[in-house]
Amino acid sequence: MTGRLLLRVGISPSWLLLAPTLIALTVFFIYPLCGILLKSFIDPVFTWKHYARFVHDPVYLRVLLQTFTIAGWVTVATILLGYPLAYFLSRLKPGTAALLMIVVVVPYFTSILVRTYAWMVLLGTEGIFNQLLIRAGLMVRPLQLMYTRTSVLIGMTYILLPYMILALYSVMRGIDTNLLSAAESLGASRIRAFWRVFVPLSRPGLGAGALLVFILSLGFFITPALMGSEQDSMISMLIENQVENYFDSGFASALSSILLVCTLLLFAIYGRMIGLQNLFEAKL
Amino acid sequence: MNSHRVGFLTSGLAVTVLLFLILPIVIIFPLAFNSSDYLSFPPESLSVRWVREVVTSPGWLASAWLSLRIAVVATVIAIALSLLTAIALVRGNIRFKHGLYALILLPMIVPNIISAIAMYFFFAEVNDFSSVAEISIGHAVLAIPIATIIIASTLQGVDQRLENAAMTLGATRFIAFRRITMPLIAPGIASACIFAFLSSFDELLVAMFMGDRNTQTLPVHIWSSVTFQLDPSIAAVSAILVLISVAALLAANFLTRKPRA
Repeated sequence: MTGRLLLRVGISPSWLLLAPTLIALTVFFIYPLCGILLKSFIDPVFTWKHYARFVHDPVYLRVLLQTFTIAGWVTVATILLGYPLAYFLSRLKPGTAALLMIVVVVPYFTSILVRTYAWMVLLGTEGIFNQLLIRAGLMVRPLQLMYTRTSVLIGMTYILLPYMILALYSVMRGIDTNLLSAAESLGASRIRAFWRVFVPLSRPGLGAGALLVFILSLGFFITPALMGSEQDSMISMLIENQVENYFDSGFASALSSILLVCTLLLFAIYGRMIGLQNLFEAKL
Repeated sequence: MNSHRVGFLTSGLAVTVLLFLILPIVIIFPLAFNSSDYLSFPPESLSVRWVREVVTSPGWLASAWLSLRIAVVATVIAIALSLLTAIALVRGNIRFKHGLYALILLPMIVPNIISAIAMYFFFAEVNDFSSVAEISIGHAVLAIPIATIIIASTLQGVDQRLENAAMTLGATRFIAFRRITMPLIAPGIASACIFAFLSSFDELLVAMFMGDRNTQTLPVHIWSSVTFQLDPSIAAVSAILVLISVAALLAANFLTRKPRA
């Protein structure tokens, strides 16, 4: 049999099963990614000029800093909104929790473009909020809600919130509430028992959710591009702009390499701290 | 689990967040079933005018048909590759398993904008494929991680001793896998198909860079009209897409019914 023959040559049949995927990934993904890294240095001979441009022009550093700031605020916002909901869901009866979980999972599986569109319709100058405010007589002129830092934060928080809730929920539902009762029977107040017992036990979910949301925010494109202004550009928008409007593939590659390295470093931390296997738990 | 009482304030906060999650999606429906020429809320009267407009518009239909074809091709490729990969990862005795796993996850980890422009530069040099083929290949690669994860986790739940038993009764390894394990992991494969399909059907950036004027997928079509089209046609498209997602979700949930959500 072929299998025995291969074993004799020293190739495990498992590698044969993996071969098609590995070849496809290498040709259509890894090789193109390496192409980006190379393009950022070679134009047409070795050069640092694309990175020098990035470092010397304050605009680009500002966008990078802004990308990290926005990702940070989105992470904080998803924690503030996600933690109480995940806690609430984890304390319900499993049947009720599963039913309410639909409300978390439906947005999660709805196209990002559609969810962003919904917020554009809500927050626009002629949008639903403004129509309601004016009709209620609270405002004379519509508020400028769209194309601000706030609208970007609202949109991104909305889209990434389910990731945070799923990460928190998967840890919280394993926490034994008898521990809270025990703390209370020993004299701790409800609030103290919560902060000293429940919150520390939920930390793995908090860490996993925060890191995942932060990483996904860094490379986010659709929502900031549709809901933000030029001032609130993120690095992904800069990359798209360099390719689509300036045809500057060298500089776009340098920007992509910077974003790629940041993302991969954070994922290495994620893998070390939480384990890549758990990425899927969070992804359902 | 002993249910520890949740405070009034926490419950109130939790319900508010639930409303925050669901309202933007619900709001699309009154906008889509609106009779007026522009997006007004609350709608003056309900009608299927804009839904009909969209499902009979040649432009929207062409995009939807293109997206459907690409998603089917991408799903078939991704599932075939992922099935083999999952078998090797779960059943195989291979070295560097963790490294391999990380490699296979990479398309999900790298931001889509980077994957998209990397493939865009690559295909610009190779120049052998049509736009549709390029987008399909790109989407297949991006769907491999999620499909592999789902199939591998289903396969992990199947007892290998069942196959061994079949083999002691005279089945070959292949027959044992096909007749015993395949039916057991079929729901997992079906659910992987759904997720791979949705990931392609909703993907914007790869389709945007690799496509041209004549190959506009549904997300690219929405993208290019969302900023200036103020009539409710995009709301109607969105409403249809929400319904497709909900149907897919219900199907996936039905297939992989587990005691937990």
